[in-house]
Amino acid sequence: MFDTGQMLQASALPDLPDLPDLLESVGVATLTGGLNGVGPDDAVAPIPPVLAPLFPGGGLRRGSTITVSGSSSLVLALVAEVSRAPGWCAEVGSPLLGSAAAAEAGVALERFVRVERPGEQWATVTASLLEAFDLVVVHPPARASQGDMRRLTARARERSAVLLVTAAWEGAQINLAVTRQRWQGLGAGHGYLRAREVEVRAMGRGAAARPHAANLLLPGIDGTAVARGVASKSAV
Amino acid sequence: MTGNKTVAKKAVRTLAVWCPDWPVIAAGGNAESPGAVVRAGRIFACSAAARLEGVRRGQRRREAASRCPELTVYPDDSSRDARVFEPVAESVEALVPGIEIVRPGLVVVAARGAARYYKGELPLLAKVSTTVADETGHDVQLGLADGIFAAIRAAHHAQVVPPGESANFLAPQPISVLDRPELTDLLIRLGVRTLGDFALLPRADVLARFGPDAAYAHDLAHGFEARPPSARSAPPDLVAEMTLDPPIDRVDTATFVAKTLAEQLHERLSTRGLACIRISIEARTESGEQLVRSWRHGGISTAGFSASAIADRTRWQLDGWLSGSIRSHDGRPTGGMVLLRLVPDDVVPDHGRQLSLWGSDSSGVDDIERVERALARVQGLLGPDAVATAVVGGGRDVTERVRLVPWGEPRETLPGDSCPWPGTLPSPSPATVFPASRPALVTACDGSLVEVSDRLGVTAEPRWLRVEGNSAVEIVGWAGPWPVDVRWWDSRAACRCARFQVTTSDGAGWLLSFDSGRWSVEACYD
Repeated sequence: MFDTGQMLQASALPDLPDLPDLLESVGVATLTGGLNGVGPDDAVAPIPPVLAPLFPGGGLRRGSTITVSGSSSLVLALVAEVSRAPGWCAEVGSPLLGSAAAAEAGVALERFVRVERPGEQWATVTASLLEAFDLVVVHPPARASQGDMRRLTARARERSAVLLVTAAWEGAQINLAVTRQRWQGLGAGHGYLRAREVEVRAMGRGAAARPHAANLLLPGIDGTAVARGVASKSAV
Repeated sequence: MTGNKTVAKKAVRTLAVWCPDWPVIAAGGNAESPGAVVRAGRIFACSAAARLEGVRRGQRRREAASRCPELTVYPDDSSRDARVFEPVAESVEALVPGIEIVRPGLVVVAARGAARYYKGELPLLAKVSTTVADETGHDVQLGLADGIFAAIRAAHHAQVVPPGESANFLAPQPISVLDRPELTDLLIRLGVRTLGDFALLPRADVLARFGPDAAYAHDLAHGFEARPPSARSAPPDLVAEMTLDPPIDRVDTATFVAKTLAEQLHERLSTRGLACIRISIEARTESGEQLVRSWRHGGISTAGFSASAIADRTRWQLDGWLSGSIRSHDGRPTGGMVLLRLVPDDVVPDHGRQLSLWGSDSSGVDDIERVERALARVQGLLGPDAVATAVVGGGRDVTERVRLVPWGEPRETLPGDSCPWPGTLPSPSPATVFPASRPALVTACDGSLVEVSDRLGVTAEPRWLRVEGNSAVEIVGWAGPWPVDVRWWDSRAACRCARFQVTTSDGAGWLLSFDSGRWSVEACYD
């Protein structure tokens, strides 16, 4: 509940005349806090097993909003697992994730729909897609308003879809970031890129507030996310 | 069709015009050389020569190739099949009006009036086969019998079945010709192997044990025809119509219109609990021409067209009209289309499909409908081309390998997709590909620009990478140059550059290219 108070001060007070938005922001904060704790287990979208330690309860809750920064491969690994379920995934905005890399990561391309240039309509398009798709990846424009963010987060929760954003986003439950990376396979003038060791760090709210980290190969030699000793620590 | 009243209706004399192995012929093959069309890894159609070598429908592609090594394999393309078939349909229509296309390669038409006009059934057959061969150059096989199903079977045997003899003609034929694998597999295990055996079973028992569709198949085996292939107008409020402004003259815009209209029609039918098994596609052009063509669902089924099946047929037909026919006197429309109508000619009660009780987990069909609705909305907002799925094919370049196919169009593979492409970088592919390459600078220890000579030598070891807008980072690993020299025969499309993979001290991986003194970043391995 302290969380709710903070939300009010931080975001809603500056645009005080906008009462519906203000109320919505209170609703968002309280409801998501509740959803993180309880809820039936079938409301979890599949994720690659190596990433499980990063998510509270070991899974990605349907209806949640997460951000991924600094790594398209990480986005693809999450998309691939949902699409293999088999689920439907969509992507809005540019630049599009690399399609060849997507195929290598195991994404079913026929069930991965891309809207590269939504223009001014990006929020409307995303809202429409959240109605039907299991996971929607959004590259929001820099001018995305807080109202749009709140509305889309609420829509995702209402439709039990996962909203995955590749930029900063207010109201996201989990923020994933690649904090360390090292490519293997390249020498001084010879070799090819083969696999990448990464450390992925998760920060979040509520049950996800404690930071977690996982070390893995992303992509591994076959293009997918592979384990490489998983660590979970509470230090920053 | 479950009531005896309709069943007892006398079957109509029907002519079936069949082009054997049409997908192969349409793809450019012929009966004398072994060829096959592959759909989803299995043989979908093969030529007569291939069949002699042991190639069969439904075989795996590899198995077929092992039986017949010289087999030419063509890609599957149902809109091509329909487009190439349009002239054949036209030339039959010119002789016998009122044709219905069952699928590209098979047409049925009521024959009584035409037989009278041409003074007999045999003269009619002779007229049709010579006219089609003269006008289109395609060989057709004809069959004449009572009822659509019997006529189609007769066409496979190139026979004329005398009036009233359909049941006797069908009796010795294997039960698999009913094209209902689930039903016929079971019947064969029960010892019922021919249509004659099946017809002997009491109809009420078949209905009780196997359901309405099997009872309909039972009627077919008897040589009954529940519905004559004749026009029966649907109530006017079922007709889906759209005025096209501006007029359309391109296939891709037509596709989008076809989809919207098909969905409209399907929704109207399903709210009344109806399905449609024959549909007329009508179009009017700017100069006032009326184009009409009918399509029949499978010919012998009680299940109606789905929304996507209606959209497919409409798209094929529009494609055929807009680009297929080149005969100027009556074929190709002289202007764009201004009006499109879909008329459900023949409607039946929809027996429906039982959805699972707990949502869509087991069927997935519900999901697809929801997805299609959502995407139709987005296409309505941004235009049909704005929504796409990617196909990864052959090519050397990360951008060249990817084709974005607008939603609703077939995800075709091209001939080069499965071939090896020497010079392709091995996987992993970059996860971020920049839409336009970004300028960069690669410098050596002493700060001088690293260059690549014509003999693919590097002037100095790359040490610093500076991408436009960022500060310089140290290069810790690099490989290359790999030369790219494509389309050198075409001065405008030619591209000659050298590519490098580079890792920097922050752990990032980059795909760089060097082209006549300039460095750029093509993609980032993030």
